[in-house]
Amino acid sequence: MSALTNMIKVETKLFLRDRATVLFGVLFPTALLLGLGSIPDLRTPSADLGGLRPIDVWAPTALVFGIVMIAVQHVPTVIATYRERGILRRLSTTPVHPRNVLIAQMIVAFSSVLVSAALMIFAAWAVLGIAPPEQPLKFAVAFVIGYAAVLGISMITAAVVRSSGAATSIGTLLFVVLMFFGGAFLPRAIMPEVLQTIGDFVPPGLQALISSWSPAAGEITGAGMSFWVQISVMAGIAVITAAVAAKLFRWE
Amino acid sequence: MEVQNLHKRYGRRVAVEDVSFTVEAGEIFGIIGPNGAGKTTTVESIAGLRVPDSGTISVLGLDPIKDRAEVRECLGVQLQESSFPDAITVSEALELHSSFYRNPVDWQDLMELLGLGDKRKARYKALSGGQKQRLSIALALVGGPRIAILDELTTGLDPQSRRDTWSLIERVRDSGVTILLVTHLMDEAERLCDRIAVIDGGRVAALDTPAGLIAAASVMQQVRFRLSRPLDKRLLTELPEVSDVEITEGRYLVTGSGQLLGSVAGALARAEIVAEDLRIDQRSLDDAFVAFTGRPPESSAPRQEEA
Repeated sequence: MSALTNMIKVETKLFLRDRATVLFGVLFPTALLLGLGSIPDLRTPSADLGGLRPIDVWAPTALVFGIVMIAVQHVPTVIATYRERGILRRLSTTPVHPRNVLIAQMIVAFSSVLVSAALMIFAAWAVLGIAPPEQPLKFAVAFVIGYAAVLGISMITAAVVRSSGAATSIGTLLFVVLMFFGGAFLPRAIMPEVLQTIGDFVPPGLQALISSWSPAAGEITGAGMSFWVQISVMAGIAVITAAVAAKLFRWE
Repeated sequence: MEVQNLHKRYGRRVAVEDVSFTVEAGEIFGIIGPNGAGKTTTVESIAGLRVPDSGTISVLGLDPIKDRAEVRECLGVQLQESSFPDAITVSEALELHSSFYRNPVDWQDLMELLGLGDKRKARYKALSGGQKQRLSIALALVGGPRIAILDELTTGLDPQSRRDTWSLIERVRDSGVTILLVTHLMDEAERLCDRIAVIDGGRVAALDTPAGLIAAASVMQQVRFRLSRPLDKRLLTELPEVSDVEITEGRYLVTGSGQLLGSVAGALARAEIVAEDLRIDQRSLDDAFVAFTGRPPESSAPRQEEA
């Protein structure tokens, strides 16, 4: 078996042994949605929301939670730990370049985000009767590019921090900012318009996720930016941050 | 393996001034020296982790930078202060690393050889210091290297694990692997190495067999004794063999060369004074180290375990 395949296998096992990340990154978004969905008021259609239920409009925020948790909290901490403890350095003495362990790590992290999202979308449909994304292709594009933009930002952290402790601190700060615009503290539907507009530029791009999941909900939360413009902004952020991170990356 | 006129600086700080040595196939070659002497930079350059500013390095006829991939196939490296993910198990780490090489040895045999068989399912975090070190050695050997570089092999181990590791290294050498050992533990170097390079201030201060180094350093000798009554210090200092006399609370420490003992004993006899607890110091590699570097070896106190 090739070195990369083996690394993916081992990194998957290591990921699954990290209970806190599995719990918060993969399972928690679903639990959060189901928890909020158990509140009767949030399941009552509202005239302000054009007859939609608050939970219908809010659901994509649970996706953002999973994305941000993995990309901002988990990935940079693992990479910083690998650097801090000389794991990358040790790998550079073998015929395999240490970039392989980063690639393996990215693949495992992205897979976990996909599992987290699939689980949450399924639970939303099965338990709360929220229809699966109505525009699946656009939704997939918004999801992947939004994830890439968040990961790009957090990879700049991972590239330069000296310790895993610093990675965790910066990750937590980023987490709070991104989750604020991701609608975790204040649903996007009731955000002042200025925050909605800023939020259009904040990865992973909640509005693009909402509007491709449910165009009706997107009408209510929209601040005037079209889907493809928002996707272009996210793609631009992803490309620029990835380039900066690659330029700054320290192997030891 | 051959290192010639290696020079490496970081910014304005010179880490290695001028280091040259040759390691013969099948030997255990030691590098000793005080902290910051350039030991680690030297081995990192050999492993291809650093690009020398000048000088040449040849590993089995290959250049560690230009022939990176080839050198890495035949060079096993155990680095100081490098570890593995907490949650990885012994067998996973060995299987993973063996997949990095074209012609790995059987990692299961290696695991048994290093006494890690009953720990195969244990996670890295749960291993003792000695077990972690043995795993690290195993991973340096899993690619079936012709040369193994071992940096601070037994630092932080208890005496029993240290002796076990030493006999393990001798077995590895007997299987035909050339070993480059970096250490600050003099007993380790004395016990294991066929030849030793003493590195100090970025240069090779001495290069010889352990016995050769000790003999060269033993030109200087020390005699210790106590006297029943005080003696005029000058009676000793005027002897041609004596270079220094220290007196603390009636205990004499005389340093000198040549027929030091006979000369001192003669002077005492002439003064009709009886020496008690007369002792001549046996030289060890520690003393040779001091003689060549002007400094005592670093403390051999165990390093704190990583949390």
